[in-house]
Amino acid sequence: MSFEVLKPGHFSCIQDLGRVGYQHLGITTGGPMDEHAFSWANRLLGNSPNVAQVEITYGVLSLLAETDAMIAITGADLDARINDIHVAPWFSYSVAAGDRLEFNTPLSGLRAYLAVVGGFSATHKLGSCATVAREGIGGITGQGDYLTKGDRLNFDPHAHRSRATVPTWAIPDYDAQLALGVVPGYQAAQFPDDELEKFFSSSYEVTKNIDRMGYRLSGAAIDSGLDGIISEGICYGAIQVPGDGQPIILMKDRQTIGGYPKIGSLTALGAAQLSQRGPGASVNFYPITLYEAMLQRRLFGVP
Amino acid sequence: MRIEALNENSSIIYLGDEISDEVSARVGRAVALVRQSLGHLLIDLVPSYTSLLLYYDPDRIDHDQLRQRLVELLDSDTANTQESITSTQLEVPVYYGEEVAPDLQLLSEYAGLSPDEVISIHSDSSYRVYAIGFAPGFAYLGKVDERIAMPRMQKPRLRIPAGSVAIADAQTAVYPAATPGGWRIIGRTPMQMIDWESDSLTQIVVGAEVRFRPIDRQEYLDLGGKLEEGENEL
Repeated sequence: MSFEVLKPGHFSCIQDLGRVGYQHLGITTGGPMDEHAFSWANRLLGNSPNVAQVEITYGVLSLLAETDAMIAITGADLDARINDIHVAPWFSYSVAAGDRLEFNTPLSGLRAYLAVVGGFSATHKLGSCATVAREGIGGITGQGDYLTKGDRLNFDPHAHRSRATVPTWAIPDYDAQLALGVVPGYQAAQFPDDELEKFFSSSYEVTKNIDRMGYRLSGAAIDSGLDGIISEGICYGAIQVPGDGQPIILMKDRQTIGGYPKIGSLTALGAAQLSQRGPGASVNFYPITLYEAMLQRRLFGVP
Repeated sequence: MRIEALNENSSIIYLGDEISDEVSARVGRAVALVRQSLGHLLIDLVPSYTSLLLYYDPDRIDHDQLRQRLVELLDSDTANTQESITSTQLEVPVYYGEEVAPDLQLLSEYAGLSPDEVISIHSDSSYRVYAIGFAPGFAYLGKVDERIAMPRMQKPRLRIPAGSVAIADAQTAVYPAATPGGWRIIGRTPMQMIDWESDSLTQIVVGAEVRFRPIDRQEYLDLGGKLEEGENEL
């Protein structure tokens, strides 16, 4: 049972929750840029949390259903259509053999997730099928390839599930002004006070240099006062401040270690929200405690 | 030792403030101890020169509990446990022939030594794996004898063949796969540094000790070494 890829889009790829347990060897995790949307898609279908989905960035993915299937779409509204009828994200849908499923251009947000009951099949390498193009690992082939025309997204047959929707409180507004909580950490205590204040009181713009490795922002330059640091592990959501003072948020395909000073880290939920913003979007930061970060996870995490 | 929270599922332990064999050994021991006692609570570990980043399962433990466990575990890391945890040792055969060592001549001139002297200094020392990163299995080894230390190239090469053994400042490394890079290439190993079909992937871990053993052209070829033409010209 499968979907045939008619048009692949630019960055459509297979993701599960990521390749964990190998970062000590320099192997990054990959995984969904928006964990929140990914997790809800599997949840809508009653899937186990880690089964593979397609991450669609910007859109222009077109699929032909070769069989009946139950799917879920979450994350960005990429003007998805089933046989040219718009279908909103955060719902599950039935598709029938012969249906065309298309993701066009972003109406809100950047990345959509497409899940199917039981998950898509893919080659597992080091315990995961998460696509990391830079390392040539993951995806359908196991070689880190994005989807290409003619690929088949295979899945096992499953009993029909009833349709479901994500509760309103868990659906983010990707067009809203984004204010992200930052747990100050790493070298934060070494940054001069007025530079910390500048960081937390300025607005930053998402630049064109955004990819699965990192999000470069532009705005008030922050002078860490540090020349560089001894390379150390970079956590998901860490905020690097290199010599030019423009922050870089490290995302799913980040390098495992690095030597730029860091001012703190986003939560997983914060990084997920950032991943739905494109060039030109405005971002503010405010300091939060570890306990607020933990609370955020409990309140907005997938039950 | 400092243990700091980074966010809701990551914490970092600082085990020293400077790059040294002693701190590196401490990091290597911490990795072994933490894996042994707390492995079931952890998702990933990222050791580096002076620190150890931990990703934990927030459904099973939080930072405060983890911190307490770490303090108990690592504060008792005295001489006794130091003895009980020995570091992995690895010997890497290296062919230092000119055809696979495009920078050996230049580095020798820079150092004011003959190529043979450079080879013997490089292969006489034992190195410790300070960190792994940049690319899968790329191990930063130190410290290189200061007589053969040389800064990296201003403009990196677009492609360095897999197995290349190189020097940058006081560190040396083996390129596990063909990648761009700016280190000075002085030889090549026939050894496969990373095996994607194996679950352990590589024998190289932070804290391990590495020695280089000079081999001749024939042994290099016998061990499966390759001599593609022209690839160093890129």
